Amino acid sequence: MGRFIVRRLAGMVPFIILVSITVFMLIKLTPGDFVSNYAAALAAAGETVDDAMLASMRSRYGLDQPWLVQYWDWISGVAVGDFGYSFQWQQPVSGLIGERMGLTLILSVSTLLFTWSVALPIGVYSAVRRYSIGDYLFTFIGFVGLAVPGFLLALVLMYVGVSVFHADVGGLFSSAYADAPWSWARCVDLAQHLWIPIIILGTSGAASLIRIMRANLLDQLHQPYVDTARAKGLSEFTLLVRYPIRVALNPFVSTLGWVLPNLVSGAVIISVVLNLPTAGPLLLQALLGQDQYLAGAFLLLLCSLTVIGTLLSDILLALLDPRIRFQ
Amino acid sequence: MPTNPILEVRGLRTYFPLGRRVLKAVDDVSFRLHAGETLCIVGESGSGKSITARSILQIVGPPGRIMGGEILYRRADGSVVDIAGLGAKAAAMRALRGREIAMIFQEPMTSLSPIHRIGWQIMEGLLAHKMMGRAEARARAVELLRQVEIPQPEQAVDRFPFEFSGGMRQRAMIAMALACNPRVLIADEPTTALDVTTQAEILRLIRRLQQAHGLAVLFITHDMGVVAQIADNVLVMRQGEVVERAPTAELFASPHHPYTIRLLQAATALGMAAPPARRAAALGAPFLRVRDLSLTYPAQARLFGRAQPPTQAVKRVSFDLHEGENLGIVGESGSGKTTLGSCLIRVLQPSAGRIEYDLRAGGTRDLAGLDRVGLKPVHREIRMVFQDPFASLNPRMTVGQCIGEPLLVNGLMQGAALAQRVEKLLGMVGLGGDVAVRYPHAFSGGQRQRIVIARALALDPRLIIADEATSALDVTLRRQILDLLLELQPELGLSFIFISHDLGVIRYFCDRIAVMHRGEIVEIGTADAICAWPQMPYTQRLLAAVPEADPARRGLLAEGMG
Repeated sequence: MGRFIVRRLAGMVPFIILVSITVFMLIKLTPGDFVSNYAAALAAAGETVDDAMLASMRSRYGLDQPWLVQYWDWISGVAVGDFGYSFQWQQPVSGLIGERMGLTLILSVSTLLFTWSVALPIGVYSAVRRYSIGDYLFTFIGFVGLAVPGFLLALVLMYVGVSVFHADVGGLFSSAYADAPWSWARCVDLAQHLWIPIIILGTSGAASLIRIMRANLLDQLHQPYVDTARAKGLSEFTLLVRYPIRVALNPFVSTLGWVLPNLVSGAVIISVVLNLPTAGPLLLQALLGQDQYLAGAFLLLLCSLTVIGTLLSDILLALLDPRIRFQ
Repeated sequence: MPTNPILEVRGLRTYFPLGRRVLKAVDDVSFRLHAGETLCIVGESGSGKSITARSILQIVGPPGRIMGGEILYRRADGSVVDIAGLGAKAAAMRALRGREIAMIFQEPMTSLSPIHRIGWQIMEGLLAHKMMGRAEARARAVELLRQVEIPQPEQAVDRFPFEFSGGMRQRAMIAMALACNPRVLIADEPTTALDVTTQAEILRLIRRLQQAHGLAVLFITHDMGVVAQIADNVLVMRQGEVVERAPTAELFASPHHPYTIRLLQAATALGMAAPPARRAAALGAPFLRVRDLSLTYPAQARLFGRAQPPTQAVKRVSFDLHEGENLGIVGESGSGKTTLGSCLIRVLQPSAGRIEYDLRAGGTRDLAGLDRVGLKPVHREIRMVFQDPFASLNPRMTVGQCIGEPLLVNGLMQGAALAQRVEKLLGMVGLGGDVAVRYPHAFSGGQRQRIVIARALALDPRLIIADEATSALDVTLRRQILDLLLELQPELGLSFIFISHDLGVIRYFCDRIAVMHRGEIVEIGTADAICAWPQMPYTQRLLAAVPEADPARRGLLAEGMG
């Protein structure tokens, strides 16, 4: 097991390096750069644009260098924790994304936990009591959850939140705590705001996981080894938990790999709608404005999250299923 | 028998409501089982023998339900409980399962949990019945593994099922069933998925444990040979009903019901004592010469971790096949016989050796070195028939399309000519031309195998390689299919390479037999010679393990064999 983890960790290093090159290349592949975007914005505002000033900006930002040189400057900084400088915000990238990445992570992990804790029992119930009224009900709700786009659900929940609960629904903090330093009261405030985005972000994931869990468990419920265990005299509940559910958990755990990055990047629209101070909206802006170091840092972190999520799910899988461990 | 039966089943009825229809899987079945007795329930697939066994433990899968009858179990203290009256989930039912009545299932590959250690799966029953604590249960698991002759039980107890071979898994399964010292053991086709040599070992093991513990054994099987070797009494089932019951010797000596007679005839016809269908006739010239054929799977190079050593699936195999000859290739699972077949038809690329094949039109090709274009004319002359008639027909194509496809893709025929040819082929295999428009699911296993054969014949081949072509069929069908092939053979100028683990079938069908063991042909000769005077110890072992369908010749369970 230890060797398995070390092997996987060693395999991650070249992968992350390749990802960083690809990410940077993709950003540089789009025509123009931050300065030309800036110039276009100035021109649109009716101001005159001085070519000499633009050239000096380019040389100051190092944008006149070949992309490989720019990449090397950036990545050698990243290696020691310096993610570069954001042109748009005129401040170091690490300061900009630090708290946003943290909040994103909190939101993602709690959404994941929400998804699992909803999907697991409902999926099990739906499979064991197949074609019961409860199964049909959950199936119906599940399909609605899958079909409704997240931003629409966000708008509906915000409306309900404001008109029924008179809650403050935008953002993750009340205005009093938005820029305050971390404290117990700020955490409580966060928790009070967190539930709406968690429900919105988690609904479609939970709905699809319910379907996955139901289908997996139905496959397992009538496997011969379940009969073997039943013939030993185990109670139905023990039997269910010990055998089919454990085997059916595999795909559940596998979701960790794709759910993490999906929650971070796929939630851009919902984050914009809900005005969440998470990574999504900032990434969108950075990409639009060709703020290359900010965008690069975000993309690199997202890819790392994917890799880490996959690693975590692989480790969990290996713990759950000895067949994987022994391959 | 003077004593009271441990288990008495009276008028058991287990039905499966399927929409408007009701499938009477078990219909009015009665029998008695005594301590120390082995009762065999024999029947073909769909006869209800497994459902009968499962009804006793109330583990019939939905929608099956026990509709009537009594299942009386007599406890050690003499009290009697009617199992049919207990709920499937009742605590009283659970108390009986595993503790008093234990069961061994057919598929050792899928009947053990893939994710729990062997030891834990054995201990589980002991813990569930609160018979002992963990440490003690573990010690008992080791002891049980030793009893079922698993080597190094102290290590084996922490292994996972997938680290075991099929035979070892079935031993572990038996250990599991015996964990709580049950008084009744139900064995549902426990050896069907195993090789004959392993089957003989498992049967001996069950017999020995039965004698040691005074177990009552209810043994479900379709194999009359196994029945003859182990049963005290026999129950013959057909379509949910008991058609005949008798002590074993009596049943084999004077069967009454026509169905029993048919079963016995089919079993003895393919048995080792029966006359084979073919006497080695004068053979034509060899048209397939295999020389030093090898297939080595290379060492698995891996980016990290240890490399796997290379495996030699086929080792320097040489033989000739003559015009009009049937060559049988026999061996246990893993002996490389299927791999050899795949090399011959070049589904697999052999790593060394030559396969010289004379085309009908003249000219010799070395199949081992041909590319796809070169193989095309060869594939018209060599066809393949596979084991599973359910998996080898595309369910979305009609029977006519399935059979006509080889003609179509080779651009030989289309339209009315094709339809006519398909009808003729169906006639050859004994099916009416009107079945061409139906889909495979409408046919039984035996009919499907006929369809598969018709497809193989479509291109008028010279050689058919049949890989376990009759293994998935019930014994009465097996002989029909073999006879069909033999009947078509002279008319069509066919030769066969028949791959099987079933020596009876090979002996019935083939002129010569090649015995494979660990990738090598250890012995080759005429069918008579191999079966009557086997030279190699491996062949002798293989032959000795075949259960003879004759209760007067019970050699199989003799100790010290194998």
